[in-house]
Amino acid sequence: MQIQQQTQQADSIDLMINMGPQHPSTHGVFRLVIWVDGEKIVRSEPHIGYLHRGSEKLCEGEQYSQIITLFDRLDYVANLNCELAICMAVEKLMGVQPPERAEYIRVILCELNRIASHMLFYGVYGLDAGAMTPILYGFRERERVQALFESVTGARMMHNYIRVGGVNEDIPDDFGARMNTLLDQLERGVEECDELLSQNEMFLARTKGIGAISAEEAIDLGVTGPALRACGVAEDVRTSEPYSIYDRFDFGVPVGTYGDCWDRYYVRIEEMRQSLGIVRQAVAQLPEGEIAASVRRIARPPKGEVYLRTESPRGDFGVFLVSDGSDKPYRVKVRAPSFCNLQALQAMLRDAYVADAVIILGSIDIILGEVDR
Amino acid sequence: MIGFIEGLVVTLKTALRKPVTDEYPEPEKRRQVEPRYMGFPALLWDYDVPEPYCTGCMVCVRACPTQCMSAQMTDNPKYADEQSRRRKIIESFEINLGRCILCGICVDVCNFDAIEMSHEHELSKYERNGNRVDLGQLMDMGRKFQGDTGWSPSNPAKNSGVPVAKGSRRAAPRRAGAGSAVGSDAPS
Ligand code: SF4
Ligand code: SF4
Repeated sequence: MQIQQQTQQADSIDLMINMGPQHPSTHGVFRLVIWVDGEKIVRSEPHIGYLHRGSEKLCEGEQYSQIITLFDRLDYVANLNCELAICMAVEKLMGVQPPERAEYIRVILCELNRIASHMLFYGVYGLDAGAMTPILYGFRERERVQALFESVTGARMMHNYIRVGGVNEDIPDDFGARMNTLLDQLERGVEECDELLSQNEMFLARTKGIGAISAEEAIDLGVTGPALRACGVAEDVRTSEPYSIYDRFDFGVPVGTYGDCWDRYYVRIEEMRQSLGIVRQAVAQLPEGEIAASVRRIARPPKGEVYLRTESPRGDFGVFLVSDGSDKPYRVKVRAPSFCNLQALQAMLRDAYVADAVIILGSIDIILGEVDR
Repeated sequence: MIGFIEGLVVTLKTALRKPVTDEYPEPEKRRQVEPRYMGFPALLWDYDVPEPYCTGCMVCVRACPTQCMSAQMTDNPKYADEQSRRRKIIESFEINLGRCILCGICVDVCNFDAIEMSHEHELSKYERNGNRVDLGQLMDMGRKFQGDTGWSPSNPAKNSGVPVAKGSRRAAPRRAGAGSAVGSDAPS
């Protein structure tokens, strides 16, 4: 009897599994330790820091114009959204108002970047669920956006285009025509992507009801962005606290119902449609005029501090900036949405199966450059 | 099961379609870069004088966020001979292109139209420091860029090296190839 009891206990010892940091489905170098009992996950523990570059500290040694290049590399899938956040923070501190045209160009490019980012999510998420096709389609659409970026900013990813007080260069002459084709193509592309994966039986079976968290829990854990909206909370910084010129556009905030993986996925598909709408409106309203306010090349904001929230594709991207009056910031703190959303991972993984860990992690859409900074 | 068949229908539909991707290695098949493409920085050549536009003022060196450049200024002998308006000229210039992050800040800050982001982006080397380029190489890159895109200075009145004392500015002897539509025959 004694012996049998011991064996039973030995049977129930949880098995520790290391996912990452070099696991291909962790979207970067992210290590997730899970303890499993059979197929069920009993405990999980995320480990971050494998991509830590000290960006916040590096900012303290760079001039404001040089910091933009560091922000490019935070969320390296949605570079322009990060650039916008730091530039707007410096502008707020200096009391500079960028010209109308610059604001419109920024919004157009940032919304396109949101689409590009969600397209990458779409492709990679399909891959996480075991479907090979979506990534090819997602990348096809993303490539179109990046080709446009290349013609406007000169770079496909690390643009360094948005400046304190405006943007670097005016849009090229053929921008309007290219934009029209691009928007038509993207519209078709989003529909095609949606058709391809969203209602696929196998995809539904793998994502519906998986990794669900309640709205209260999500709010308690500081989740923002599509992951929060999937729980049914219509919170979007663009509408709740409009920055730049977002109050001039007519767009909806898509929300989910159950807060499960499928909702988190589908909120992003819907968001792409809304972003396309914003871009269409912005292109139609694009005014003529200056593209940059006159700001000295070496910006010296007055002494003080500022906090600014923007809505990046991953959620509420905040920048806290302390200036001591010199040409370099005293302190820069980034509230990275990926990092905060990652807090919910443990809650989502509760009682999930091992096979779903990848799907759940993928549905948060983390970017490690932003998590580790 | 229906989803599975639907998936196969998509596969069949796309099987015969023209491929979306461009091929890479052959130069004529690959994608062309946009006119604004920011490749590695290159120093430009003033064909009118002839000498580099760069005066070695070091502004770009100080503004570079990765500190990957270094420059040395010297007196311009052509200025003494009244062949050039540039009092100072670059003596040596080095950029470690392995460190350059292609941000374009050096181009923004240069007051002399002397540096430009070329369309050069294929610079794989076997050695770690193989991409440390000196003045001559930077100039070659710049001349290639000028020839390919028909680059002209943004502020010719200020930045041309042709001495003003000489009276009317002679018609600039343009190189063959210069003046072609910008970017239409951009190098890859
Ligand atoms: S490239 Fe321009 S900024 Fe740099 S040293 Fe030469 S003249 Fe000065
Ligand atoms: S592009 Fe940027 S990193 Fe490269 S040399 Fe110029 S300033 Fe430095």
